[in-house]
Amino acid sequence: MVTADTRIDTEVVLSVDDLRTHFTTRWGTVKAVDGISFDLRRGETLGIVGESGCGKSVTMLSLMRLIPIPPGKIVSGSIVLDGEDIVPISEQEMAKIRGSKIALIIQDPMTSLNPVFSIGDQVEEAIKIHQDIPKRSITDRALEVLRKVNIPAAESRVKDYPHQMSGGMRQRVVGAIGISCQPQVLIADEPTTSLDVTIQAQYLKLLKDIQKESDLSIIFITHDFGIVAKMCDRVAVMYAGRIVEHGSVRDIFNNPSHPYTEALLASVPRMDRVVDRLYSIEGQPPPLHDLPVGCAFANRCPVVMDKCIETYPEIKAVSDGHTAACWKVE
Amino acid sequence: MQKYLVRRFILALVTLLCVSLIIFIMSRVSGDPRHIYLDDYSTQEDWDRMGEVLGLDKPYYEQYGIFIKGAVRGDFGKSVREARPVTDVVIERAPATLLLGAVAFSFSILIGVPLGILSAVKRGTMMDNFGKFIALIGQSAPPFWLGIMLMFFFAVKLGMVPPYGKQDWNSIILPAVTLGWYYAAANLRLVRSAMLDVLDSEYIKLARAKGVNSRTIIMKHAFRNALIPPLTFAGVTIGALVTGSLVVETVFAWPGLGRLAIEALFAFDYPLLQGVVITFTLLYVTAAFIVDVLYAYVDPRIRYA
Ligand SMILES: Nc1ncnc2c1ncn2[C@@H]1O[C@H](COP(=O)(O)OP(=O)(O)O)[C@@H](O)[C@H]1O
Ligand code: SF4
Ligand SMILES: [Mg+2]
Repeated sequence: MVTADTRIDTEVVLSVDDLRTHFTTRWGTVKAVDGISFDLRRGETLGIVGESGCGKSVTMLSLMRLIPIPPGKIVSGSIVLDGEDIVPISEQEMAKIRGSKIALIIQDPMTSLNPVFSIGDQVEEAIKIHQDIPKRSITDRALEVLRKVNIPAAESRVKDYPHQMSGGMRQRVVGAIGISCQPQVLIADEPTTSLDVTIQAQYLKLLKDIQKESDLSIIFITHDFGIVAKMCDRVAVMYAGRIVEHGSVRDIFNNPSHPYTEALLASVPRMDRVVDRLYSIEGQPPPLHDLPVGCAFANRCPVVMDKCIETYPEIKAVSDGHTAACWKVE
Repeated sequence: MQKYLVRRFILALVTLLCVSLIIFIMSRVSGDPRHIYLDDYSTQEDWDRMGEVLGLDKPYYEQYGIFIKGAVRGDFGKSVREARPVTDVVIERAPATLLLGAVAFSFSILIGVPLGILSAVKRGTMMDNFGKFIALIGQSAPPFWLGIMLMFFFAVKLGMVPPYGKQDWNSIILPAVTLGWYYAAANLRLVRSAMLDVLDSEYIKLARAKGVNSRTIIMKHAFRNALIPPLTFAGVTIGALVTGSLVVETVFAWPGLGRLAIEALFAFDYPLLQGVVITFTLLYVTAAFIVDVLYAYVDPRIRYA
C-alpha cells in the first residue's frame, strides 16, 4: 500500500488501514466507508473533503466507535490509536478512550449540547470521567478550558444553560469539551458549517491556536476547500466511501490528479477568477448499496475510458506523498 | 422561575373562576332551584321566603357574588338528598378519591415510564412488543369494560381481591389499575417516542464521544429529556384521570367523589353536584400546578424563559 506522508519525521498517532464500515439496510449493504487508509501525525491537520453522503461522518463515527450497531458494523480494517487497535476492544474499554485520547466536535452547535444540563456540568462531566481528581480541581479545570476557548466571564457562564447562549458560544463550549482531557486526536466534523463567516473565522483561528499550544492532531471534515486551504496540512478527498486522492494541501491545490478533485476545486469561488455561477458537478454519485465494479466516478467523469468502467483503479503514487486512485495516473 | 410560577398560579385561579361561572350559569339555566327544594304542597309564601333565603330575588351578578363568597368559604349550600352541607358530604368522600387517584397515578408512572424507556432502548424486540401490547389495551379498551374484565378474572374467577367496594387494603388494586392503565399507556408511548428521538440526538452522540457509559447515557442524559413530553401532556392525562374516576368508581362501587357525582346527578341534587364539580376542578388545578412546578424543575428552558 502506498501512503501519503509529508511529515515523516514526526510520530504517527493514528493509523487507519483498510477500514470498511457497512450498513445493512432493506436496499442491501450500504458500503458507506469501503477500504480507507491514512496516517495522522502528531500536531498535523488532515482534511477530509467530499460531497455530502460520501462517507465523511461515517468515517468519523467509526474512528470514535460510535457506529449504531445494527444497522452498521465495522466489517474490516484496523484503527491504531496511540499504538493500540481500537476496532476489537470492548465497549467499556472504548468508553475510556473516547474523550480522553480521541475527542469530537460535531456540526450543529444548536443541538450538540444537552438542553437540561448547565454548561459547567457538561464540561465537568468529561473531566470527571477521565481524570481522578478532586471536585475542586474538576471545576478549576473546566473553567480553564472554557477560558481557553475564549468564553467571556466563564466563571458566571458555567451556570448557564445552552439555550441562554449564542450558536458561536455553544460551539466554543463543544470545543472546550473536546479539549478538556487533552486528547491526542480531535475530530471536527464540519464544526463551522452553521456559523456565520466572522464567527467561523474566529473559531478556526481558535482551533489553530489550541493545536499549536498542545501539539494536537486534528482531522478536519468539511466540504469547503476554502477552509481546507486555511486549516489543513494534508487532504484526503473522499468519493463514494473511498479516498480517491490524498496529498499535501499544496499537491492537491496545485496538481490535482483525480478528475473528481479537479471538479471539486473548480467549484470553489476564488478571488483571482470570475465565476458566473457556482460550478457544481454534473450528475449524482452512485448509490452506496449498488456500487459499480469499476471507478465510482465513471458516470460523471469527463475523461472516462473503457478500462474505468471494467476495473476499479488501484491507488497509485503521483509524486512523493501524493496518491490518487485513477486510471489516468500512470 | 418565579415569574413562570406566578403566571401558572394565576392561570389556575382563572380556570377555577371560569368553571365556577359555568357552573353558576348552568344552574340558573337549568331552572329555578326552588323546584328542587319545595314540593307540591308548598305555598306561594314558602316560595317567596325560599327565594329570599337563597338570594334569588337579587340580580344575577349579585347572586354570582354570593355564590363565589360562599365557595371561597367552602360553603356550597345544602345537599338536597342528604339534608346536610355539601361540604361535609364532599369532605367525607374526598379521601377515597384522592387515594384512588394517587395509587392510579403512581401505577401509571411506575409502569409507563420504565416500560417506555425499555421499549425505546430495546426497540423492535419482544420487550418493545410487550410495551406495545400494554399500550394498546390502555388506549383502546374503555375503562368500564377493562374494569369488568379485571373484576371477572381476578375477583370472581381467581378470588384474589374483593370484586368491589372499599373493604381490605387490596380492594384498591383493581380500580387503581383500571383507572391508571390509560394513563400508563399514554406515558409509555410518550416516553418511548421521546426516548427514541433523544437517543438519536446530537447531544447524546456528543455525550458518548465524551466517554459517558451507556447506562449513564440512558439514565441521566436521555431520561431527563424524555420526561419532558409526558410532563407537557400531563394536563390532558390528569384530566383523563378525573373523568375516568366517574366510570371506575361506579363500576367498582368505590365510595369516592366520582361515584358521588353520579349519585348526585341521578338524585337531581344540584348543590351537591356543583360542590363535587368544583372540588374536582380544584383537584385538577392543584395537580396541574404541581406538574408545572416539576416541568420547570426538569426543563431549564421553562425555568429561565
Ligand atoms: N445509520 C445508518 N443507516 C444506514 N445508512 C447510513 C447510516 N448512517 C449513514 N448511512 C449512509 O452512509 C452514507 C454516508 O453518510 P455520511 O458519512 O453521513 O456522509 P457525509 O459525507 O455527508 O458525512 C450515506 O449514504 C448514508 O446513507
Ligand atoms: S478512473 Fe477513469 S472514470 Fe475514474 S476518475 Fe479516473 S479517468 Fe475518470
Ligand atoms: Mg456529515
